[in-house]
Amino acid sequence: MIEIEGVSHSLSGVPILRDIDLTIPKGGVTALIGPNGAGKSTLLSLMARLERVQTGRIRFDGLDVTQTPTGQLARVLAILRQETRIATRLTLRDLVSFGRYPHHKGRPGAADRAAVDEAIATFGLEPLAGRQIDTLSGGQRQRAFVAMTFAQGTDYLLLDEPLNNLDMSHARALMLRLGEVARTHGRTVVIVVHEINYAAAHADRIVAMKDGRVVRNGPPGDTLTGAALTDLFDTPIDVTEIHGRPVSLHYA
Amino acid sequence: MRPTGSALAATAAVLFGLAVASLFTGVITLDPGTAWHDPEALRLLAVSRFPRTAAVILTGASMAVAGMIMQMLARNRFIEPTTAGTGQSAALGILVATMLWPTAPLWAQMSLASLAAIAGSAGFLALIRHLPPSQPLLVPLVGLIYGGIIGAAVTFLGYQLDLLQYVEVWMNGEFSGVLRGRYELLWITGALTLVAYVVADQFTIVGLGREASVNLGLNYDSVVIAGLLIVSVVTALTVTTVGMIPFVGLVVPNVVSRLMGDNLRATLPCVALSGAVLVLACDLLGRILRYPYEIPVGTIFGILGGAVFLWLLYAGPARTAPPDGR
Repeated sequence: MIEIEGVSHSLSGVPILRDIDLTIPKGGVTALIGPNGAGKSTLLSLMARLERVQTGRIRFDGLDVTQTPTGQLARVLAILRQETRIATRLTLRDLVSFGRYPHHKGRPGAADRAAVDEAIATFGLEPLAGRQIDTLSGGQRQRAFVAMTFAQGTDYLLLDEPLNNLDMSHARALMLRLGEVARTHGRTVVIVVHEINYAAAHADRIVAMKDGRVVRNGPPGDTLTGAALTDLFDTPIDVTEIHGRPVSLHYA
Repeated sequence: MRPTGSALAATAAVLFGLAVASLFTGVITLDPGTAWHDPEALRLLAVSRFPRTAAVILTGASMAVAGMIMQMLARNRFIEPTTAGTGQSAALGILVATMLWPTAPLWAQMSLASLAAIAGSAGFLALIRHLPPSQPLLVPLVGLIYGGIIGAAVTFLGYQLDLLQYVEVWMNGEFSGVLRGRYELLWITGALTLVAYVVADQFTIVGLGREASVNLGLNYDSVVIAGLLIVSVVTALTVTTVGMIPFVGLVVPNVVSRLMGDNLRATLPCVALSGAVLVLACDLLGRILRYPYEIPVGTIFGILGGAVFLWLLYAGPARTAPPDGR
């Protein structure tokens, strides 16, 4: 369970998050949605201790992110940020292998190699395993980083816009895989998604954020209504139901 | 992984051959066949030829590794300790020590040089932190200016203290003065290079950036400080013992990275060996070209390294971060 209590955050005096109280139960896929600048990425960074919590507290299974040793947290939660620029020349397999570092600390064993193989296979990256990261396309690189995060084998996965650069087929495959991981392995996936319909189709819970506040929190059927989305994005959005799922028609 | 092993073995073999050649190259001719029975020849080997060869190998290996670590810490391929202020700061440290505490023992001078080098490199890292990541070439430019300013202070102080001769030696390294009893501190640089290898993975991860490091449970600041310590102490000891050899820390890591990638666990031995081979080859060339006179190794390496660096810049894709694909 992720418990976020009274978290506020400001950058150079500008409030980014305002008194966030949020509990995300263990297991399942939770999608964070909301307009640009709503504070989704900042919230994820605070959860993953990439930035220091200014006020409030954040706990994963009771472990406070500001007090638990970082090496221990790395075996509990993994984060993938939107920015994945690296100047380092590594093969895809090497990169994914570094996801196991929290477990082996530089001396990978058979279990680590197996986890790396599994992560590479899961995201269909076998043919690219020996390639240098900087020779991959944007979408391939994105999948490589997702595989690295996945290989970390943590109970909690925080993914900031992992669908960036992915075509429909890979985007759907990734969402399906995340749902499977969440439901069969009891892992908790928190994902920032901009394409509402992926959230509608694959998420168990939706957390909608606007202006640094959580404005809605619940299952897709309750939260992804036309009125709610229109309000959230300040844009008229029609939501209809196809095959029993809400589908947002926001293209025109 | 296999090609790495054979490349390593080949480089080690070349290094061994060059080392033997280095032992038997000099003004006094030694005959490899009879030297082992001649006490006079053995004394020459022990006092001069072996120390010189060892000093060259230690310097080449440790400066190449220091360059690689510095590039990981700064996340930029185009810098090295002697162009980004570390070497100049070490020289400044020694000069200030000479001014304030003229009778300081060697260890104290070395410590002060190391401290100054640490402060100098930390200053550089702090300076480049605010540069836009989309402009990777600003980092070496800022480094050159930064190193140039500290270097100017060194020259000024050297002039004031009448120590310009020493400054000249520090800034343009050479090995002709290496004798038994005057180079042994360089073994510390060898030990630090081994330490760097032990924690190689952590430097690779730091090269992925602060956020990736924190995510993988690394104490980012400690690893950066450890890297700074290794780079600074290696540079300070090298500058004050044999002088700066520019380009070693720039050229060697770039060539190895281009051929083998940046997984330091796999490539660091190759970086060290290639550094030793290149510096030893340049030192031998410097000894042979104007025999019996010598050309400083820094001059030879500067020409060679400059050519290799130009080739690096112009051949193939740039070694900077790929453009953000969003």
